Amino acid sequence: MNVIDIRNDFPILKDNPGYIYFDNAATSQRPVQVLDAIENFYRTTNANPLRGLYEWSMGATDAYENARQKVVKFVNADSEEEIVFVRNATEALNLVAFSWGLDNLREGDEILITVMEHHSDILPWQMVSRKTGAVLKFIEPDNDGTITEENLKKCVNSNTKLIGMAAVSNVMGVKNPVKLAAELVHANGGIMVVDGAQSAPHMKTDVKAIGADFFAFSGHKMLGPMGIGALYGKRSLFEKMSPFLSGGEMIEYVKRDSATYAELPHKFEAGTVNASGAVGLAAAIDYLENVGFDEIEAQENRVTKIVYEGLKSIPHVHVYGNEDPAKHSGIVTFNIDGCHPHDIATVLDDEHIAVRAGHHCAQPLMEFMQERLDMEFRATARASMYFYNTEEEAQRFVEAVKKVRGWLGF
Amino acid sequence: MELKNLYREIVNEHNLHPVHKGDLENPSMILNGVNPSCGDDIYLQLQIDENDIVTDGKFNGSGCAISQASADMMLDLIIGRSKEEALKYAENFMGMVRSTASPEEIESLEEAAALEDIAHMPARVKCATLGWKTMQRMLRDGETEGGMSAPCGACSADDK
Repeated sequence: MNVIDIRNDFPILKDNPGYIYFDNAATSQRPVQVLDAIENFYRTTNANPLRGLYEWSMGATDAYENARQKVVKFVNADSEEEIVFVRNATEALNLVAFSWGLDNLREGDEILITVMEHHSDILPWQMVSRKTGAVLKFIEPDNDGTITEENLKKCVNSNTKLIGMAAVSNVMGVKNPVKLAAELVHANGGIMVVDGAQSAPHMKTDVKAIGADFFAFSGHKMLGPMGIGALYGKRSLFEKMSPFLSGGEMIEYVKRDSATYAELPHKFEAGTVNASGAVGLAAAIDYLENVGFDEIEAQENRVTKIVYEGLKSIPHVHVYGNEDPAKHSGIVTFNIDGCHPHDIATVLDDEHIAVRAGHHCAQPLMEFMQERLDMEFRATARASMYFYNTEEEAQRFVEAVKKVRGWLGF
Repeated sequence: MELKNLYREIVNEHNLHPVHKGDLENPSMILNGVNPSCGDDIYLQLQIDENDIVTDGKFNGSGCAISQASADMMLDLIIGRSKEEALKYAENFMGMVRSTASPEEIESLEEAAALEDIAHMPARVKCATLGWKTMQRMLRDGETEGGMSAPCGACSADDK
């Protein structure tokens, strides 16, 4: 893989030399192949998919369903019935909470999630807990973000009926033990819900190898457009679930006071679908598979190593997470003594460097880190890299961070 | 003003060496203002005499440099002023942030007028206005003791 060639595929990177985009965990950039695929859909075969009985609509249906087939293979699902297109991972997790959680959990059951979850994998379970009486419990990681086997086993008991876990934390970058969690919860007859928003862009996804019952991810973090994501669900579970949203396209027969629902996966796709988004996501998957996840991880690790080790060597800078940069999935979270993360991001922005600062939609983790790691503020700065970032950018970033305290008056 | 100069010449000084940070012995009013999403958290304390003059003021708490510096500059302006005058400053500051203030109104804010550009950054508006909003709640709405959260839409918007 030649990173310069790769960057030339991304118009926004090509047109802005010198701008360092290190906020990839929030959203990635898109290559021209994805942009073209979206435009091409609208230029050549745009019509409302799945209902028209004419050439363009059938073309739109094909484009949409071919995109679904691409996702089936991408996550190693069994069939197209196991892939539902959604807006993003947030919607996917809400679908599971509303359609599976409310009907299958009851008082006495336990929902187990980690304290590292993104708010989108916390709030739906709080809702389920309130409505069903199931208890919501949290697993805490070690100081470096690791959820140990011992700790996980301690948190699972015979009442644990659902485990929700990010495959990769959006703050620590750590890979969580989703496979072990799946084994433990399955032994109880419960289900494993994996938030794959931060893993799908960076590593091969295999829902069967993980043992996931549900796997949620967003397209926009993996080169796809915003507004499209997918939920993998085991067919046996999807079949028994009620629709999440209802309306057009998810029905067979509708009478004045009742309706029968469409077959999977359409039962869960009410309303006109985001066909151009799905087509864009398919192009993104093609792009990622063409580069190859081995190459992607290798480049991310080269860049992450420079960032991690560079920041570690700066006085007054605190870097969180595992000591091995290869275990960060491209994410390096840090703080600087005396400097609020928002001020860090503001002065770095002035250097044309984009990083995220704040609570990263993970307030329970920030609270935990503040108490456990003695953080000055309940917030951090985060640099998140992708395979189109370069070693040179990493070095320039480290040099800029060295100057932050000075800029902020120390 | 260029951003790093703004920090260097104004914000850093008020953040690192605030004149009005600390606690009043017997404040007439005290109120907690927070931006939950950013963690900015201040306790504003005001001493108000029988003629409705703000005779003294302090703030305590923690947060980003913008929130701290803005609160310090605000107290520079309002100590020695009447309640009405203090509220007029707050109105001018809010007007500056919303781009509705006149050049004269902005100029009246003295040093705090330097925050004009940063206050327009959507992610930083709540930081810059925290102290001012807390003061408005105290002097305009009569709130004192205990905290109510300031809404923080802009701050949460940058944290997806």
